Amino acid sequence: MTQTGVAVVASEPGPAVPSVAPIAGRSPWRLAWERLRRDRVAMVSMVIIVIIFLLAILAPLVASFTGHDPDAQFRKTGLTPDGLPRGPSGEFWLGTDDLGRDLFVRIIYGARISLLVGVVATVITIVVGVLVGLAAGYYGGIIDILLARAVDVVLSLPFILFAVSLVSITGPSLWIAIVVIALFSWASVARIVRGQVLSIREKEYVEAARSLGSSDARIMLLDVLPNVLAPVIVYTTLLIPIVIGTEATLSFLGLGVPPPTPTWGGILSDSTAFYRVAWWYVVFPGTALLITTLSFNLFGDGVRDAFDPRADRL
Amino acid sequence: MTADVSEVPATRPVPSGEVLLRARDVVKHFPVGGRSLRGSARDVVHAVDGVSLDIRRGETVGLVGETGCGKSTLARCLTRLYDLTSGTVEFEGQDISTLSRRQMRPFRRNMQMIFQDPYGSLNPRRRVGSIIGEPFAVHGLADGADRKRQVQELMELVGLNPEHYNRFPAEFSGGQRQRIGVARALALRPKLIVCDEPVSALDVSIQAQIINLLSDLQSEFNLTYLFIAHDLSVVQQVSNRVVVMYLGAVAEVAPADPLYDTPRHPYTAALLSAAPIADPDQAEARERVVLIGDPPSPVSPPSGCRFHPRCPKAQPDCAVEIPQLLPRQGDGAEHVAACHHPLADGERLPTGGAVVATVVGPEAEPDRPVEPGAGSGEPSGPVTFEEQP
Repeated sequence: MTQTGVAVVASEPGPAVPSVAPIAGRSPWRLAWERLRRDRVAMVSMVIIVIIFLLAILAPLVASFTGHDPDAQFRKTGLTPDGLPRGPSGEFWLGTDDLGRDLFVRIIYGARISLLVGVVATVITIVVGVLVGLAAGYYGGIIDILLARAVDVVLSLPFILFAVSLVSITGPSLWIAIVVIALFSWASVARIVRGQVLSIREKEYVEAARSLGSSDARIMLLDVLPNVLAPVIVYTTLLIPIVIGTEATLSFLGLGVPPPTPTWGGILSDSTAFYRVAWWYVVFPGTALLITTLSFNLFGDGVRDAFDPRADRL
Repeated sequence: MTADVSEVPATRPVPSGEVLLRARDVVKHFPVGGRSLRGSARDVVHAVDGVSLDIRRGETVGLVGETGCGKSTLARCLTRLYDLTSGTVEFEGQDISTLSRRQMRPFRRNMQMIFQDPYGSLNPRRRVGSIIGEPFAVHGLADGADRKRQVQELMELVGLNPEHYNRFPAEFSGGQRQRIGVARALALRPKLIVCDEPVSALDVSIQAQIINLLSDLQSEFNLTYLFIAHDLSVVQQVSNRVVVMYLGAVAEVAPADPLYDTPRHPYTAALLSAAPIADPDQAEARERVVLIGDPPSPVSPPSGCRFHPRCPKAQPDCAVEIPQLLPRQGDGAEHVAACHHPLADGERLPTGGAVVATVVGPEAEPDRPVEPGAGSGEPSGPVTFEEQP
């Protein structure tokens, strides 16, 4: 459409010819996805993440190839005559642990816990953080002051001490781990969202929505939220590896999922007594943790670049 | 206020119709800074300080003034996007100044806004169809195919291609985006549209298109506009009456042509002399009144006439007594100015160094209110004026 001539309005685009197919615009989301698809590092990371997810979901199927149950102890075949773990072999692909269990099977079962905690705790974190940040940033005033103080309090609590004392009351379990992680993560999300909302709130399109008579809920949902979602998505992809690492830490300290359920942190914790004689015992679960968190981090970097191509790389 | 337009040869006559929107003594103060620990009073910005204004059905009221004078704040008070500190606003005779947001909703259908920034006023993550259809959605007026049809009619009406229904704002130019904003404002067929500098962010050629569009729509739908701008030539072109604001208060109100021909308030005259003239010969012949200094802080506006510290005609009484908006120099009731020493017909403001620049705060002593600025050397006595050629 040209914008030439100062004269009259009607002469400009002309009356519309009835359209056959309306011209579809490319949404900002789609533009970001197209940029992301051109990012090779992010794409490779995404493929690795998908593979890890598939392995975790299909863990029983994969385990059936080896014929080993994750909790089955192979005291005859899986341990040396001295009772030490056996190294990688045709039967035990990644070796065994000190109880003669198949390390490979335990690692892929451990991925289930890591990803479950990673995804569920992250989702809870994001939902709570976004709601709190939206309310604090949008309404301001006393609501903002109260919520911002709550955020400050949470961010200043000593996480490990709090986790230890909580678990000592309730006993370790999967859900306690998830709740503890979410409890300590929502505050930073809330802070990010609040900052974004504070700037979005002053945009003229929010004022326009108000002048149309939109309700606060409608403005927050349709006008504010979609515009703070991009940094939230970026933060989510970077939060998942942090949560996975935190879960591993809790399990390492015996505060996470209790044995015999295999978790990466738990396996690493058990391996500390044997790393001198059984390198595979510490290297393979450690590598699994490293690859997973690294893939999520690299993918998150790609997502950030895709959403904000002008931003400087860190 | 009765219409007295007999002596005014305005190109756009002043409609003498009923008052659509009536504002009385509208005050809007914004607190600045944080609360002090001892709980002492906070400073306030006097953004709008006692503005009274009538907007009559079918007319276009221009609102001019320099940046920061409270034009936009006033507009947002009139449309109740802001709560008033005090004063009343009546729309079609109903007082809306204390209504809650829920109570305001029925009035929102009748008063809409067009915003300055064609980039900021459209949500970048929503499709154009959804943006223009939002008024229908908010007021539950049309659904599905019906809404889409109405939105496409609106797009055609404002000169957009209805096929671009599914596009995003980023895929349009500035002028096209402003058309989207116009379509959204027009969707509910409001009676009053407040245009907050609708063209100042656009290229000059596009400005004309948007102004023509607004003007066409006004005659088609019998719209009433409050047109805010700092470009005086644009305002003269579109307005029946013009309101000049300075530092939160009204300096002068007049039909467009008298205001431009015989400004009474020295601020209006200075503003006019600063407007660019297309003809270079005329521009060269004209003498510019250059006001010295920045506008005083609206946190502590000057006493008396707010313009007196920068006014070349300031007299001692200007710093003491607040001038009322009254007809001056034998003008009709339509032409009012808030000035103790209004300009006579053809009188010109002293230019350049003769301007007395003083800083007189509210704490100034009443008997010595106007001090000559450094270097001006001219005491605040009688000032000589050049005759207009």
